[in-house]
Amino acid sequence: MEVMDHLYYTKEHEWVSIDDGVATVGITEYAQDALGDITFIELPDMDAEVEQFEQLASVESVKAANDVYSPLSGKVIEVNTELQDNPALLNKSCYGLGWIAKLQVAAEDEATKLMGAEEYRTYLESLE
Amino acid sequence: MPLKQTPIYNEHLRLQAKMVPFGGWDMPVQYESIIAEYKAVRQDVAVFDICHMGEFIIEGDARSTGLDRIVTQSLNDLPVQSCRYGAMLNSQGGVIDDLIVFRLQPEKWMLVVNGSTIEKDKAHILGQLKDPACFQDISDRTGKLDVQGPCSREFLKPLLAGIEKLSYYTFAEFSLLDERVIVSRTGYTGELGYEIYISAEKVVALWQKLLELGAQPAGLGSRDVLRIEMGYSLYGHELDDGRSPLEAGLNPFICWDKDFIGKPALLKQKESGLKYKVVCFVSDSRRSPREGLDVYDAAGSLAGKVSSGTFSPALSRGIGLAFVERAGVEVGQQISFGHDDMRTPAQVVSRPIYKNGSLKA
Repeated sequence: MEVMDHLYYTKEHEWVSIDDGVATVGITEYAQDALGDITFIELPDMDAEVEQFEQLASVESVKAANDVYSPLSGKVIEVNTELQDNPALLNKSCYGLGWIAKLQVAAEDEATKLMGAEEYRTYLESLE
Repeated sequence: MPLKQTPIYNEHLRLQAKMVPFGGWDMPVQYESIIAEYKAVRQDVAVFDICHMGEFIIEGDARSTGLDRIVTQSLNDLPVQSCRYGAMLNSQGGVIDDLIVFRLQPEKWMLVVNGSTIEKDKAHILGQLKDPACFQDISDRTGKLDVQGPCSREFLKPLLAGIEKLSYYTFAEFSLLDERVIVSRTGYTGELGYEIYISAEKVVALWQKLLELGAQPAGLGSRDVLRIEMGYSLYGHELDDGRSPLEAGLNPFICWDKDFIGKPALLKQKESGLKYKVVCFVSDSRRSPREGLDVYDAAGSLAGKVSSGTFSPALSRGIGLAFVERAGVEVGQQISFGHDDMRTPAQVVSRPIYKNGSLKA
């Protein structure tokens, strides 16, 4: 399972990158693989205020529906509308074109509650 | 109880299939992608491991053995080398199982039943047959592979000489891998397709051969999408011991000109009026209905529940089957599914939902 070095991770298999106060959020390789072919995404509303670890989006695959939780608190400033017509991008490019939303980060120190790449790799091994 | 494994189990592991529990069996839900496997069935040819299903042999006259009363389908007019879909009912009219009866010889029958219900079916049948000695459960020594897709006939021709002569819902014996096998032109996908019954010893070799010749291995995930697109019932979803087969739309598979277990109960239901019926529907969006969600009629009143739901790759929409109150929900009407605070609009459509299958090609 691919894990990117520069990202932070949650136990629910979301990733986040933080750049100049803006967080980009997506789901990990493990999440997209577990879901299988993703067929639908419900994106958050623009300007919505989300709390850390609260629901941000929901995704559906052929098999199941799953919530996506926000790794950080913040305000939604951009959503990846491309996913509405092409949710398979979440499978094909979960760390790239399949990003879900961008947040104006409320408190960067919340990142201490997230896992780094090494820690997430160890966490994935513990799930096997 | 540990999950049961089909003879193909190690092949699934080798292909790195995702395995899931299904009716007491450890079965492949997908190999690489449900949608890719779905497409192979709709456009090309794919093979499913269906060894979990049960096969029973009953020898003797349909009436004098008691078989005729056990199943709803008509047997006396079923030609040898033909098969027919129907159900086994309990005395309250609930569905013990749905099944296909094969007429092997004038007085020899094969019953093909669901994998999850083999023991229950067997107990019921043995309790109803006049002489249990005419019954044999051959499930463990019988393998079953389903070869499905518009190219399945051309694909199988080199292996099964004369396969092109089989018409829909007929079968024949063929020589394959040095043994006599039964091949029926049946399936659960809506496409042209065949089901091969071969010994459990040879079924792995056949699986390997079919893959080598280019058939896509397909798992139960794609099988479920295919059957929902066709509006086919799945035992445990549209059919169960407490559900009337008339509500589930099985009426065409019930022979009213004979006696069968459950018939008096069904006649009573007809007289007093049925409350529910099963309908097919298509979501207005890509959002898929899921089993157990509520269904609301055009006026927004609660009308029933989703029994099966998935995403249709053919329509790029969510699709489903639902039990709804008989009066008030008709084909063409707008309905919605979901729950109180989140409803997704959908439209009731005629069965099948997917209308371009090569089933009878």
